[in-house]
Amino acid sequence: MKTRIIEVRQQVLKQNDVTARALRQRFQDAGVFVVSLVSSPGAGKTTFLEKTLARLSGDCRVAALVGDLATDNDARRLAHSGAPVRQITTGAICHLEASMVESALADWELGRIDFLFIENVGNLVCPASYDLGEGMRLVLMSVTEGEDKPLKYPTIFNTADLALITKIDLAYAVDFKRQQAYRSLHHVRPGMTTLEVSAKTGAGMENWLDLLKESRKSLLAAGSL
Amino acid sequence: MHELSIALSILDVAAEEAAKRSAVRVCAVHLKLGPLSGVIKQALLSAFEMARENSSLAQAELIVEEVPVRILCPRCRVERPIVSIQEFVCAECGAASAQVTRGRELEVVALEVE
Repeated sequence: MKTRIIEVRQQVLKQNDVTARALRQRFQDAGVFVVSLVSSPGAGKTTFLEKTLARLSGDCRVAALVGDLATDNDARRLAHSGAPVRQITTGAICHLEASMVESALADWELGRIDFLFIENVGNLVCPASYDLGEGMRLVLMSVTEGEDKPLKYPTIFNTADLALITKIDLAYAVDFKRQQAYRSLHHVRPGMTTLEVSAKTGAGMENWLDLLKESRKSLLAAGSL
Repeated sequence: MHELSIALSILDVAAEEAAKRSAVRVCAVHLKLGPLSGVIKQALLSAFEMARENSSLAQAELIVEEVPVRILCPRCRVERPIVSIQEFVCAECGAASAQVTRGRELEVVALEVE
């Protein structure tokens, strides 16, 4: 039989993209500012989120979804803040997908949330491929990880909107080379906004919360939220 | 390692398109892949070999065309390649740019069918 070529032009992840687009629209309509968090395991996502939820929940309505391969330990930790929290257990899957976010939201009334945080599975590779409908993708790297992390995982750093250097209280103890870290970051993502924080001491948390509130406010003012 | 689920999605897309065009057999799937898609070519090829077994595309070959990253250079004011994936600067003039125009592709572009 004769071989023929047919043109297709179809995104491989179209199913995920379609779901993510629908989610983004729902978030916009409800006025929810959605932040996803990605990092390697142990960079401090959960502690950082714990403090963020606790400090924001005074004057804002916050909620969180948290992804892990197994256990609901993180959800239980985060629930202490009083905010609605739901665990997404992915089983063998190394990342979150838009459909998992969609089903985890289930009966939540989005109109009653100002900020929704989605903590991805600790992994700097696979989450890069999947749009979750978020308004801001936050990549965290801790001072204990090595200043060249962005050079080793350029894709996730390039596709994130904001970088956060965590555990900054340990910078001196681990001889963290700040300039080298910033150079690596800016090599893979020129001009990337970067904040330094310590969830433990609270250093830099005020800046982070201000940036978060400002981002939501300017989107609301522009009519895009 | 999410290449296996990507490979399964490629098979789904290909099978769906092949059925739409009443193809009897898919001999090859042509894919465009950018380095910023987060998918590694070698891992994908191995995953695809595994995934295609027992599927309707058991004979299909995956042909990957790698698409280089391109940025919009603020100085040259045109699309340019970058120095390397570790250095997002214009390969011509050295200006830095975060405006990526190509390199995120993960797209089935064509099928060879019978």
